[in-house]
Amino acid sequence: MKNCLVVDDSSVIRKVARRILEDLAFEIVEAEDGAQALDACRKEMPNAILLDWNMPVMDGLEFLAHLRREPGGEKPKVVFCTTENDVGHIAKAMRAGADEYIMKPFDREIVEAKFAEVGLI
Amino acid sequence: MTPQEFDWLRAFLKQQSGLVLTNEKQYLIESRLLPVARKAGLASLSALIAKIKEPGQSMLAATVVEAMTTNESFFFRDKTPFEHFTDTMLPKMLEARARERRLRIWCAAASTGQEPYSLAMCLKDAEAKLAGWRVEILGTDLSTDVLEKAKAGVYTQFEVQRGLPINHLLKYFTQIGDTWQINSNMRSMVQYRKLNLLENFSSLGQFDIIFCRNVLIYFDNKTKVEILERMAKMMPADGYLVLGAAETVVGLTDVFRPMTEKRGLYQVGDGTAPGLRSSSLGAVGTAAPIGASRFASFGR
Ligand SMILES: C[S@@+](CC[C@H](N)C(=O)[O-])C[C@H]1O[C@@H](n2cnc3c(N)ncnc32)[C@H](O)[C@@H]1O
Repeated sequence: MKNCLVVDDSSVIRKVARRILEDLAFEIVEAEDGAQALDACRKEMPNAILLDWNMPVMDGLEFLAHLRREPGGEKPKVVFCTTENDVGHIAKAMRAGADEYIMKPFDREIVEAKFAEVGLI
Repeated sequence: MTPQEFDWLRAFLKQQSGLVLTNEKQYLIESRLLPVARKAGLASLSALIAKIKEPGQSMLAATVVEAMTTNESFFFRDKTPFEHFTDTMLPKMLEARARERRLRIWCAAASTGQEPYSLAMCLKDAEAKLAGWRVEILGTDLSTDVLEKAKAGVYTQFEVQRGLPINHLLKYFTQIGDTWQINSNMRSMVQYRKLNLLENFSSLGQFDIIFCRNVLIYFDNKTKVEILERMAKMMPADGYLVLGAAETVVGLTDVFRPMTEKRGLYQVGDGTAPGLRSSSLGAVGTAAPIGASRFASFGR
């Protein structure tokens, strides 16, 4: 079974994402911010990371920069999932090593399409 | 609406657009036509039906026919047809048309443009190999509304996230507020035209590749066969027909044969007949109605 780390400071979003991704046969680990996410990755590198941008303690972009420098940190497919929906943010995320990008609000079809796009399903 | 009115409407739709309305789909009539009735200031579906029977109501009748079409589409829908396009059709055509350096593609149910623009993006991605080529993409549809949207090329945030890779969004679109518009260089690669597939379309000329996806499913077998056979006449033997994921020619007609290992891809005859090969260029010459200015020229 593939696992996916869901990183978002909103418990509602984490719950929605969990439900969608569990239906796609992912095992879910949750984190509330970038620092927690980094801890989770150091314990076990996930196959996929669904990543919010704006979070307390450590934001998504900073997390991504750290992740890609970790041993094995190049492996997870990182899909941003954020309300930041302008070209500037998207381009910055892709340059920082994201694999795909979801603009909120999202639904099941979008998550499925984006995960398929990066070869996760 | 009385059973008689329902039967009349059903026959009317079948005759106008080929649409076969099964009994289970009856609910669609209300959800789609009540808004049309209301907009026309009519109180009920019965009143709407009575109105479109009157002479001089062809505009309203067309609105009814268009309102009953299903226009859903996504970028790179089902993915594999576009992989086949880039990995199979394009390389084959680059070789077979090396002399003419001309390619004609037809999206026969283009809807809101996602399909022709997906092909335009595939072509742009392969630009390096297409230097000096003239590639034409024609998108046709029965519905005026969807063609307007296709021409404008403006899509919602939802629409650009269903099947469109983020890198393509960055590369080929411009953000306008909450919407995204496909760039003008991409828009200029596609020409749109209103066309009912029930009508004679032979004047469009010959096509090397025809995408006819998710439209035949709405028709009965007789109509499907009739359309497929007319399309076969517009293709050289090495041309490609692409159908939707739920569609096939198998059991319907043998003018096309499915290609082994390429799901959804069909060719006329055996795909090699050399006598028909050169027809592409000759036919393009006669296909005057298509604005030549809309050819996408690569590397010029
Ligand atoms: C579901 S869309 C398919 C769009 C696209 N080819 C795809 O696969 O995503 C079907 C389209 O067929 C069009 N259509 C239905 N009947 C037609 C007819 N008789 N002639 C031309 N187009 C027709 C509708 O207007 C609609 O836009």
